[in-house]
This record gives sequence, structure tokens and C-alpha cells, in this order.
Amino acid sequence: MILKERISNTGIHAILIAYSLLALFPLILILINSFKSRKAIFRDPTGLPLGDSFSGKGYASVLSNSDFPLYFGNSMIVTCVALVLILLLGAMAAHALSEYQFPGDSFIGIYLIVGIMVPIRLGTVALLQLIVDMGLANTLTALILVYTAQGLPIAIFIFTEFLRSVSREIKDSARIDGLSEYRIFFEVVVPLVRPVIATVAVFSMIPIWNDLWFPLILSPGEETRTVTLGVQQFIGQYTVNWGAVLAALSVAILPVLVMYVIFSKQLIRGITAGAVKG
Amino acid sequence: MATLELKGIKKSFGATEVIRDMNLEVQDGELIVFVGPSGCGKSTMLRMIAGMETLSAGRISIGGKRVDHLPPTDRGIAMVFQSYALYPHKNVRGNLGFALKHAGVNKKEIEERVNNASDILGLSEMMERKPRELSGGQRQRVAIGRAIVREPDVFLFDEPLSNLDAALRVHMRVEILKLHQRLGNTMVYVTHDQVEAMTLANRIVVFRDGGVEQVGTPLELYRNPVNTFVAGFIGSPAMNFLDAQVVDFALIVAGKRVCSTPASNGKAKLGLRPEHLVLSDDGPFKGIVSVFEHLGGESFLHMTLPDEQMLVAKLDGERSFAPGDSCSLGFRPDHCHVFDIDGSRIASGPSK
Repeated sequence: MILKERISNTGIHAILIAYSLLALFPLILILINSFKSRKAIFRDPTGLPLGDSFSGKGYASVLSNSDFPLYFGNSMIVTCVALVLILLLGAMAAHALSEYQFPGDSFIGIYLIVGIMVPIRLGTVALLQLIVDMGLANTLTALILVYTAQGLPIAIFIFTEFLRSVSREIKDSARIDGLSEYRIFFEVVVPLVRPVIATVAVFSMIPIWNDLWFPLILSPGEETRTVTLGVQQFIGQYTVNWGAVLAALSVAILPVLVMYVIFSKQLIRGITAGAVKG
Repeated sequence: MATLELKGIKKSFGATEVIRDMNLEVQDGELIVFVGPSGCGKSTMLRMIAGMETLSAGRISIGGKRVDHLPPTDRGIAMVFQSYALYPHKNVRGNLGFALKHAGVNKKEIEERVNNASDILGLSEMMERKPRELSGGQRQRVAIGRAIVREPDVFLFDEPLSNLDAALRVHMRVEILKLHQRLGNTMVYVTHDQVEAMTLANRIVVFRDGGVEQVGTPLELYRNPVNTFVAGFIGSPAMNFLDAQVVDFALIVAGKRVCSTPASNGKAKLGLRPEHLVLSDDGPFKGIVSVFEHLGGESFLHMTLPDEQMLVAKLDGERSFAPGDSCSLGFRPDHCHVFDIDGSRIASGPSK
């Protein structure tokens, strides 16, 4: 029995390690090549940046480019504002759907969630028209609105499932204590589902940060470029400054990594323990 | 402190009627227990008093003031839930003071009332702990404390002891009884456990399928149950019911006359509590022991009568039986309950 268990454990670990390597390989490749000269990248793509192959030129050209802080700022603004909107509106909609009964509630629930099945990019042309008509072309607002719409269905879907599991008695208890429905949401429900909020935040954040499509179409202006779009300037028609592209991508990983670390603390901690029977 | 009055209350969820015409007057300072099997409407009734469910018809008054249109917080009630329903992110002090903080009570008074409640319940040692660091009994004490702090007119308890283990349940039951004696508030207590009902209640309300079967003091219910449902629900082990025939004012079970009865001729049901059956050589019930459970101080004897009916007797721990032994049981005539075939008590039956 023990031997069998050990074998199956080893097997599971082997698969997980193999998967980790597979997932990390492109990242590592970006990182090591970002420190190499252009020639070294092509001579030996998998080689480590040692000796004469080491070059900080990529980073130098990225950091000396005065536009990059702007691109970073744009990406941060768009991601953070969209994330706040997704979490706030998504959690509130899900709370309403799971807590209250009102005419048409199931229809509204389906309406809000059906967006999961329709890729938002199918509507790009209509979206572009709408954004232009509203006079929001080349603004960060356009991106924020589109990303909020993109992130809401899955957020509402996940939140609804989890908010249903929040003990009804705690909410009733808060009602007896005289809290308004808004305060029940913010002071009782939100603290209870912090791990879920963190999960949804991570889910929603990465596609927004990484997106190239909507910045390219809706806000390609010099002032509103995001990091992913900004990197494109190193990719010319005839020459590609690979060192700079890879360096820019490496730097672009950092904010997402930091946010992930912040949220992941919440992911692990189950805060409901001890609140109700247990 | 206040009276509680329920008048003509009805509740339906869609087409299903969960409460049919409930009427009850609870006196000031009374501890009333709603008891019944699950799904009988007792918790729904409590939630309606608390204001978490709307009424389909009827009115609720607390202290003479109609409250059924008021939000829960303005009704002068406090509720203790089965799952404790503590705020997990607040420590004990925060949990106790939360309602007062929201009501805008000044800090000094909050502290006074919180400390008072923690003294009553012995929570002073754990004021800074979070709910997850407390045991089940401690959590339930915090939940009760949260109710005390609000100084309500009426306390509502919704199966507060169901999540505790057996030993703790007995302990907390006594605590609640002491609390009631100390505070003297009107309390409504919902449970499905007849032992809790018997020990705590000033009066018990027995629910069944959304209706009230009987209201009375624990002993009234025990001695004069109005029907076989109440008779079978109150008391443990449950009352024995035997099919009987009435012939010329004599009750016949398994071909033998067991007692006299004012009932008219026909079929009837004889109810006998296990603790009222005694070993007696010339008793009317002669049969074969099928199971014998010995608990030390007492024992349960399960007997099969010649016509296959079963009888359970609660005996002292003196004698032992083996399955297959024959024995005979008797009872005092004033201990027998006679019900008609529909289960209603025959009005002028023996009672004491």
C-alpha cells in the first residue's frame, strides 16, 4: 500500500514538475535573452547571458526611452480601474442575484452571465463605432469600459456561486443589528468572501494587462498606449530590436507579479473558518 | 420586557402553506418553546416574529405595539441562531458591540453593556479572540451575549444548541435557563428536541404541518396530550400505541380486557408511556421479550404481544431478561391514554 502510494505520489510530482518546466520555459527564455546582445540571442537562444554574450543594452534602451513610464502608467490605470469596477459591480450584482428575489431575477442572472459564451472581440467593429460615437476614441476610459464589460460575466458567475454559500443567518443577524443592505454587503459579506475576490481579481487582471487587441484598435494614440502596445515600437518592419522587446516584456511582468503576490495571500487563507458551525 | 401576541398568522410560499392560522399570546417574562419535527413551520414562525419573513396574513404585536410592518431592528427583538452567525472578522468584543455601534450608542455605554454581557456569560477572558479561535460552546455564548447587549424586549432562539455535542448541550441548556431566570425577559425558543422543550419551557407549543397541535405547560402536555401526535412527541422513549377494541366500556387489547373506558363501542387506540409499565404477574400484557437494553440504572424491555404488537417498557435496573423470555406487564388505570381511531384524545378519558 505504502509503496503504491509512494509511486503514485512520485508520478503526480513528475507530471507537475514537467508541467511547471513547460510553463516556465518561455518566461525563462525571455528573461535570459533580455540580458543578451542581439547576436548572442540568435547564436544561442537557450544559452545563459555569460561573458561576452551579456548585454544590458535592451534594458538601457527601454529605460532610457522616456515614453515607457507613460505606457506603464497607462497600463496600471487601465488595469486597476477596470479591476476595481469588475470586482465592485460584479460582487454587488452577484450579491443581489443570490440574496434577493425579484421579478425577472433569473432572466437578469442569465443575461449577465451569458457574456461568458460570446467572445467580446466578435463585437470589435460595433464597439469601435460606439466608442467613436461617444467621443472616447484614444482615451483610457474607452479601454476601461471595454475591459470592465469583458471581465464582468465571469466575475458575476464566480461570485454568485460563492455568495450563495455565505450563511443566510449571518446576513439576517446583521439585519437584526440594524445594518442597511449596503452595509451588510460591505461590512459583512465582502470580508467573508475576500479569498473569492482575490481569485476573481487574478483571473480578471492578467487578460487586461496582457491585451494588445483593444489598445491597438481603440486607443493607439501616443498618449494612451499601454505597455503591450508600446513594446511594438521596437518591432520594426525591417529590424526588430529583440533585446529591447524582451527587456520591456520582462519589466512588464513585474507589476502583475507583485499584484499576484498581494492577492495570493488572500487566496490561501480561508477566512470563514469559525464564523459558522465548524 | 413585553408580551408577544400572534394573531391569525398565515404564511404561504407560492402554493405551499407553511403556517395555517397561528394564534398565540405569550405573557411577559414567559419562556415559550416551539417544538415539532423538521419542516413543521416552527422556524418560519420565528423568522416572521424576527421580521426576516413577511406574513401572508395576520398581525404580530410586541408589548401591545403592532410590529409586523417594522424592520427587524425596530421590533425590540434579538435572535440567537443555530449556526451562531458571528462576524468572523471581528473579535468577541467587536461582535458584542457591533449592533450598538451601528445604533449610534455612545462609547461609554457600549463598553458598559458589553462588559455586563461578558460578565453574565463568562466571556471576559476571551474578548480579544476571533470566533475561529473559540470552541462551539464559547461561540454560542458570544451569540447569546450579542443578543443580551441589545437589551431586547423579546429573545428569539432558533435551535441554538443543535450544533453542540451532547454534554455541552446539557450544560448550555442549564445556562439558558439560568439566563432566563436572571434577565426575566420574554423568550421564544425553537427546537426539535423534546427534552429541551420539557426542561426549558414555561409553556410548549407543539407544531405539526404548519398548525398548532397543542399549547400547554410541559406537564399538561405530558399528562393530557390532545392527540397521538403530541403524546408520541413528548416523552422519551416514545409512548406505546396499541390497537384496541372497545366493547361495553371495556378496552380490549389482544383479546384481553385491560381497562375500562367511557368510549363508545368500536376501534380505539391505547397509549401507554414506557415509564408507566411495571412488571406484574397478573398484568394484562403477556408476551415474549424481543430486545432487552440495559443502561445500568434503568433498562428498556421490548415485548411482542401475541397479536404481534410491540410494547416498550422502561424498568429499573434490578432485573435482567433475555430475548425469548416470557413476561407480563401491568399499569395503573389512571396512566392509560385512550385515543379514537383518528388519534384524538377521547375527551373524558382518565386524566391526572
